Amino acid sequence: MFNRIPFLRRFPVIPVAILLVVLIIPAFFATWIAPHDPYTSNLRARLVPPVGFGGSWDYPLGTDRLGRCMLSRILHGAKYALGISMIGIVLGAVVGTVLGLISGYLRGWVDVFIMRLVDITFALPSILLALALAAISGPSFSLVVIVVVFVIWGFFARQVRAETLSMRERDFVAKARVAGASDTRIVLKYILPNIANTIIVLATLQIGVVIILEASLSFLGIGIPRPAPAWGLLVADGRQLIVSNWWISLFPGLAILLTVLSVNLLGDRLRDWLDPKLRQV
Amino acid sequence: MLKFLAHRLIHALISLLVITVIVFSLSHLSGNPIDAMLPDDATPQQIEDLTRHLGLDRPILVQYLTFLQNAAVGDFGDSLKWKGQTAAQVVLERMPATLQLGGLALLISVVVAIPLGVLAAVYKNTIFDATATVIALLGQSLPAFWLGIVLMWIFAVTLGWLPTSGHGGLSHMILPAISMAWFQISALTRLTRSAMLEVLDAEYIKLARVKGVREQQVIWKHAFRNAAIVPITYFGVLAGSLLTGSVVIETVFNWPGTGWLAITAIQGRDFPVVQTVVLFFAVLFLLANFVVDVLYALIDPRIRNA
Repeated sequence: MFNRIPFLRRFPVIPVAILLVVLIIPAFFATWIAPHDPYTSNLRARLVPPVGFGGSWDYPLGTDRLGRCMLSRILHGAKYALGISMIGIVLGAVVGTVLGLISGYLRGWVDVFIMRLVDITFALPSILLALALAAISGPSFSLVVIVVVFVIWGFFARQVRAETLSMRERDFVAKARVAGASDTRIVLKYILPNIANTIIVLATLQIGVVIILEASLSFLGIGIPRPAPAWGLLVADGRQLIVSNWWISLFPGLAILLTVLSVNLLGDRLRDWLDPKLRQV
Repeated sequence: MLKFLAHRLIHALISLLVITVIVFSLSHLSGNPIDAMLPDDATPQQIEDLTRHLGLDRPILVQYLTFLQNAAVGDFGDSLKWKGQTAAQVVLERMPATLQLGGLALLISVVVAIPLGVLAAVYKNTIFDATATVIALLGQSLPAFWLGIVLMWIFAVTLGWLPTSGHGGLSHMILPAISMAWFQISALTRLTRSAMLEVLDAEYIKLARVKGVREQQVIWKHAFRNAAIVPITYFGVLAGSLLTGSVVIETVFNWPGTGWLAITAIQGRDFPVVQTVVLFFAVLFLLANFVVDVLYALIDPRIRNA
């Protein structure tokens, strides 16, 4: 049946559905669909197990140590995962693309300098940078964004530079130059549109990486500050209670897993569709 | 080949230099270390003495050069949290635990990923290939810290086969090592598989088969040796991400290595120790990459003879 509708065949339905249910709808509408307030504790309902394990439908995924509804917290946590990945990736893509374009177009020592910078950012363990920053300012939203940009800009810079190098030798660029187009115009009008697909695919492929990075930082206590119900923090809450109350860690982690899995599936499809030559990246 | 290696070595040294600048600037942004080192009721005279003693009254460039000079001989100052020990001592003490765990994780990834990748390529579209695909996909999507907790819940809490956390013998290392290796397995399997697929398609493999070479020999001797260069280049990256992974996994399992140390030092605002960990990790990472370059040069005649 899908074969008759090319769009559906190319666009896998299951990952999209999972993403909608776990990430996108909760990120925007958690306030209305969550059964409870994610911050309100109910001291008479502490550590209630999920439904089917001795709990009730009042708290479908159980409650935490303070009697807060796990389902509501996970639903509200979606906006942190989505927000950080969107802001971080857009910023990282912009920084990486601009520097990659400059690097590939100007070549020479500028190119060497920028590519060296990429090598160096890849050489500094990202989590340690986060630790050092966290020691200065404490955990914060902007800290996570800085670390995300730091981790991903290099991928964009490298790929964009490589494509710019080959683009600038093409005939249409030479013709534009002969016609008197300025460097800025050539880069923005002739080169950038031709590598836009690469950038989009690369950005999609990074979403999963970024969500896991954000969750890891939050888990370590150096990401999103409490009391926000970021997924990594929820897993950390459950870490101490894993011996007796497994559900507190299990469900938020499952939300991360499902989200990242579907983003990755989607990214693979998008790559095959828009930019098959990125397969090796 | 020597020229190639000299070139790579210079690159590594420049990277290291820039990293020291970053670390140095971060330590200067981290607020006044004097506050952390003296009691709240310190007199202005005490503060001034300590400032002069630490050289914090001198120009920033001089301070950086002093820092560099000290770092070169492994002197990163005294730990603020672990009294009576230098930062380098504290970090070195924890290093064996991290290397043990990282080594085991590396071993697991190689032992699982290389055969799996080869089998997936040789028996394309069979159960091996499907297993490799599922592992690759899950490896990219599972957060290591959560996998660690789930493994702990299943094998330590529910089944009681292994200890939940802490430092000890091999039984303490199994769960953390698997959690650390998981992502590497997925990446390495994928790389090995695609490298093998490419090589198996080459003319010389077909020739070997036509000549009547045994299939096992074709796969391992003719194909794998040529495909191995791709996984080897990845080892540099692998070493780095194992180091980073150690921070998360050591925290999950309370494994007292350098990663755990970094988190504990941050909580105790022990900046000299954090600094030392960052520089140690950077050096290890650059070293691993340099070793990869050497291996690469040894294996690939195009570089060896250049």
